[in-house]
Amino acid sequence: MLKKTSSGLILVALCLAVLVAVTAAGCGEQKVDTSKETYKIGAVLSLSGPAAPLGQPEQRALDLLEEQLNDGAGVDGHPVEFIIEDDESQPEKAKAAITKLINQEKVAGVIGSSTTGATLAMAPVAQSSKIPLICCAAGTKITNPVMSYVFRTPPTDSMAITKVLQYLKAKKIGKIAILHDSNAFGTGGADELSQKAGEYDVEVVARESYGSTDTDMTAQLTKIKGTPAEAIVVWGTNPGPASIAKNMQQLGMNIPYVGSHGIANQKFIELAGAAANGVVFPAGKLLVPESIEEGSEWRTMVDDFAAEYKAKYNMDIDTFAAHGYDAGLIMTKAMEEAGTDPVKLRDAIEETTALVGVDGEYNYSAKDHDGLKTSDLIMIIIENGKWTEEKSS
Amino acid sequence: MEYWEFHVGRADRRQRALLVGSAVFVGLVIAATLISKGSTGFQWIVSGITVGSIYALIAMGFSVIYSSTRVINFAQGEFSMLGGMLMYSLSTRGGLPPWLGFIFSVLIVTAIGAALERLTIHPMRDQSVITIIIITIGIAIALRAVAKWIWGTDPVKIASFSGDSPIRFLGAAVVPQSFWVFGFAIVVVILVFLFFNRTLLGKGMRAAATNSDAASLVGVSSSTSSLIAWTIAAAVGAAAGIVIAPINFAGYNFGIMLGLKGFTAAVLGGLGSAPGAVVGGLVLGVLETITAGVFPSGYKDAVAFLILILVLLIRPQGLLGRAEDVKV
Repeated sequence: MLKKTSSGLILVALCLAVLVAVTAAGCGEQKVDTSKETYKIGAVLSLSGPAAPLGQPEQRALDLLEEQLNDGAGVDGHPVEFIIEDDESQPEKAKAAITKLINQEKVAGVIGSSTTGATLAMAPVAQSSKIPLICCAAGTKITNPVMSYVFRTPPTDSMAITKVLQYLKAKKIGKIAILHDSNAFGTGGADELSQKAGEYDVEVVARESYGSTDTDMTAQLTKIKGTPAEAIVVWGTNPGPASIAKNMQQLGMNIPYVGSHGIANQKFIELAGAAANGVVFPAGKLLVPESIEEGSEWRTMVDDFAAEYKAKYNMDIDTFAAHGYDAGLIMTKAMEEAGTDPVKLRDAIEETTALVGVDGEYNYSAKDHDGLKTSDLIMIIIENGKWTEEKSS
Repeated sequence: MEYWEFHVGRADRRQRALLVGSAVFVGLVIAATLISKGSTGFQWIVSGITVGSIYALIAMGFSVIYSSTRVINFAQGEFSMLGGMLMYSLSTRGGLPPWLGFIFSVLIVTAIGAALERLTIHPMRDQSVITIIIITIGIAIALRAVAKWIWGTDPVKIASFSGDSPIRFLGAAVVPQSFWVFGFAIVVVILVFLFFNRTLLGKGMRAAATNSDAASLVGVSSSTSSLIAWTIAAAVGAAAGIVIAPINFAGYNFGIMLGLKGFTAAVLGGLGSAPGAVVGGLVLGVLETITAGVFPSGYKDAVAFLILILVLLIRPQGLLGRAEDVKV
């Protein structure tokens, strides 16, 4: 009895399989040619350690892309495999991982890593082995000066700073106070803000700092209160900026709060609560898809990616997922042109133009390995705990 | 053992002068701030008291274990971290009423504290104090790793006990949670002080730290004493972690900062003295905030550690600590 039922089931399944195959063929969809050699792409991401919140969505995005490609036409008919290594958020481990991927796995190109530190450890290895590397980290140093084999997908810290200064200029805010985290991200951001402020008719009237684990910034804020600052620019990552928002509310300070892209996450809203309302910060357009022209290639890209990511993982996309997906996309598109010869692959990546990813439109050149532009960013304002595009004019 | 036992004070007068001197110094700093900066200065002092109460609460945990066992428990900050994170899981996420979440979180951490003492400290009771201190560092690292595994790396938020609308007076603004922290610190210091000075068990535990053989003759073995001290310290630490989390947030690695600042406060006030923990915490908090206000704010943390070094050099028994062995 049992046997009969199961053989019946198998028959039904077989029929279904044939049906699906016939339908697929009928639609003329391209399939991966399994007889072709698998294209291996290495990836070093921070899957554990402090940077795990960055590396994990990047890994999910690459897994999704691999699935999409192998279900579709592959890369020029070749099946694709992303070989993903964990650098545990440590530069030395990242360096060891890329060496292993190049020497043992013989990958044609590498994606990663998630943080600037780990990427800077990997870059010289990629450069000397002549293997193209596309990273997901935003630190300015990675592509300045340009290393011929090193590319990136995220908008850079410099772009975010420029965006903030453009916004301040458009809002006719001439005097600002900077309050920054005393770590590398905060200090670097504050330095660059101070240097470039003049170009946008912005004067820095106060510059204060706080420690990453500080919980009370009222002393710094009361000092800023005594200056003619018309807005406060906070450069740091959670939880410091949330404490600052709460302290400003406590002190009854009403001047505009402009944050960094370090608070472009739901966590900031959760931590700061009602104090988050009114906070403005620069971020990729994908966080507010409505800010991208309806029906455009970019908007379709973002909407499709968000839908498929949600279907596979039951999670919303974030900027890190976008960086990972775009890195995979750029690499595989270049492979379609150049195959697996690393030198040709590098040339193909550098020649990438008008490639629409989730973060924006990528245009690389010999001088520009960043790909994106400041105009790919928008200013977002938090209203009632929700993100909306803040139009500068 | 001998390293941590403070040498008998030879110059009582010199020490009293130092104590009075530092009190006058702190008083002068506060007065100067108030006079030169007015209500802004007052805001710094009020904020400093909030931050200082947080340090004081953590320092209290250091004091409890130190006065009973002469061990400095570097996992004290982790108890507070666990308290905050459990409160988040039980109440903020799990929907338990806050008071019930508070009780369960404290109970769980207390049980963890007691278990850790039995599993890691007790088997090593014959080793030197310094060995046990190193074990506490290991406990701290382990607790942090477990917390990271359970709750991840993102900090979390716990709702304030009585709203977020600031209370204003004399030009300064305070969030209501600050009063909870300050009040809680006062209640805990009174309870701990009474326990160690007015109850037989408490007195016996202090005696066990000084002379374990004599204490066991009157019925308090150093083994029991250590267990009770760890249990109390875990409970105080967890409760402190919950009360400060609405101001502080909570996160797997928040115990490091809390532990360091709490330790500094405890040393400043006098290790093993409950009132000393409160005084040390408040002085540290106020000086830190004033420094952040007056000087470039980056120097703030340097102040805490400068104070720590100065105290260890000049007055290792702290502001309120006694140089002699305590009479019980």
